Amino acid sequence: MAGNRALYEQVILEHNKKPRNFREMPDATRKLEGFNPLCGDHFTLFVKLNGDVVEDVSFSGAGCAISKSSASVMTTLIKGKTIKEAEQLFATFHKMVTAPPDAPIDEESAGRLAVFAGVREFPVRIKCATLAWHTLLSLLDGKASPVSTE
Amino acid sequence: MPPRRPPLTTADIARIRDDFPVLHVRRGGKDLVYLDNAATSQKPRLVIDTERHYYEAQNANVHRGMHYLSEIATNAYEEARKKVQRFINAPLTCEVIFTRGTTESINLVAQTFGRQNLHEGDEVLISAMEHHSNIVPWQMLCESCGAKLKVIPINERGELKMDEFEKLISPRTKIVSVVHVSNALGTINTVKEICAIAHKHGVPVLVDGAQAVPHLPIDVQDIGCDFYAFSGHKMCGPTGIGVLFGRAERLNLMPPFMGGGDMILSVTFEKTTYNGLPYKFEAGTPNIAGVIALGAAIDYLDGIGMDRIAAYEHDLTQYGTQVLQSIEGVKMIGTAREKAGALSFVMESAHAHDIGQLLSDQGVAIRAGHHCAQPVMQCFGVPATARASLAFYNTKEDLDALGAALRKVNEVFA
Repeated sequence: MAGNRALYEQVILEHNKKPRNFREMPDATRKLEGFNPLCGDHFTLFVKLNGDVVEDVSFSGAGCAISKSSASVMTTLIKGKTIKEAEQLFATFHKMVTAPPDAPIDEESAGRLAVFAGVREFPVRIKCATLAWHTLLSLLDGKASPVSTE
Repeated sequence: MPPRRPPLTTADIARIRDDFPVLHVRRGGKDLVYLDNAATSQKPRLVIDTERHYYEAQNANVHRGMHYLSEIATNAYEEARKKVQRFINAPLTCEVIFTRGTTESINLVAQTFGRQNLHEGDEVLISAMEHHSNIVPWQMLCESCGAKLKVIPINERGELKMDEFEKLISPRTKIVSVVHVSNALGTINTVKEICAIAHKHGVPVLVDGAQAVPHLPIDVQDIGCDFYAFSGHKMCGPTGIGVLFGRAERLNLMPPFMGGGDMILSVTFEKTTYNGLPYKFEAGTPNIAGVIALGAAIDYLDGIGMDRIAAYEHDLTQYGTQVLQSIEGVKMIGTAREKAGALSFVMESAHAHDIGQLLSDQGVAIRAGHHCAQPVMQCFGVPATARASLAFYNTKEDLDALGAALRKVNEVFA
């Protein structure tokens, strides 16, 4: 069980069961869909921007535990951040989940994202973990066409 | 007819399991539980040894050299064709064409028979439970010639709506192409009835037998199909080898699929004369080792008896269904009255991919995803399913292990 205990951290299971900011946002300034065609993960991201600050962020949709909890954790970290800060967070996250399994984890910069470090050992799940992030970044970038991980 | 043999016993299955080296791969101190047979089956030692023996003692190109090895290789290759003919009861040996697999077999028919016979406004009739390999080749054909793809709907159990089927046949229907056993739902389609109805309207039928050949005795004459496609690797044979059965009167009228060596009688820059059946459709050096090892797979399956395999798996399928239905929150996807091989399901507590991952960690191999049948997933309104798929070497203990692992999934995701 060692491998998957590392993948399905308690925090991930908890966010999967009770996702934060899991709601539609009728007054969103921007929204965008993201797909993971191979798994069938499908989320919509909503943001309320004030200048370049993410004043509010939420998501709706369905997906596996990894994709859903990743979206949930992401929304809690992004709220109140600038677009630039969001991009930096994603860069840190992306680097961590795509690193070789034996690479050391920079706990300090990863912060609450460190619970997703187990994804590194399951390359097929990287798309699950990064779907919400890719969608958010496209959204903040002003893109209008849905994001697909394929 | 050989005398009927007694049903397979637990002792028989134990002996059979010993023929499959990979079934003794250890996971967590136990033998791996392999329930992903619809993706590919495991290989018995006979098949592995036959392929090795070919490379060690028989390797030469076929249908050419005058030398000793070439004769042996050619004989073994053609002997395997006869084995396939007998296995599916094809009328003629030359009606057995070797391909890379079911996908290539279907593409062959779409690109030869299809291009020759379909024109703008004509129709191809498939079903809503097809694997992508029996959808996309026809879409490509339709795109190139302006024909239309029509789809036979399925009911909530995952069975074809046969009354709709006959209504969908029109004077423009040029071919019907349907799956014998659904890889995503396990449904066994009444292909004999489908052929009879299509033929009443003068329409030829291709049957995708990829998931049927490993589980049921197949008689293409009894089914009455014009084409029957299947893969070696799902029936204990190697990957990269498959079969297209076609009725000779159809095949003879069709243009070749690919050009090259072996498929010609004579070549000049002015004119090439094509070879006869089956070589017209086997351009280039074939997968000789694969063909010979497929012959060994047939010997192996015949040694057990497909009728006994079908009966044993029927019981196993029912047992597996009971196990799954005993797990809280499990919903079966595909509840056809006649099923073989595949048990697809979803769970309230977990997404299919999370199920697959947690099961793998407990030493149980299943498949999670859309099973190359996205339209089926859409029919049932699910993004993906988990699928346990059976072979004759599986046991009730394997299914009990599946049940225990799924209870664990419920615990983890509680």
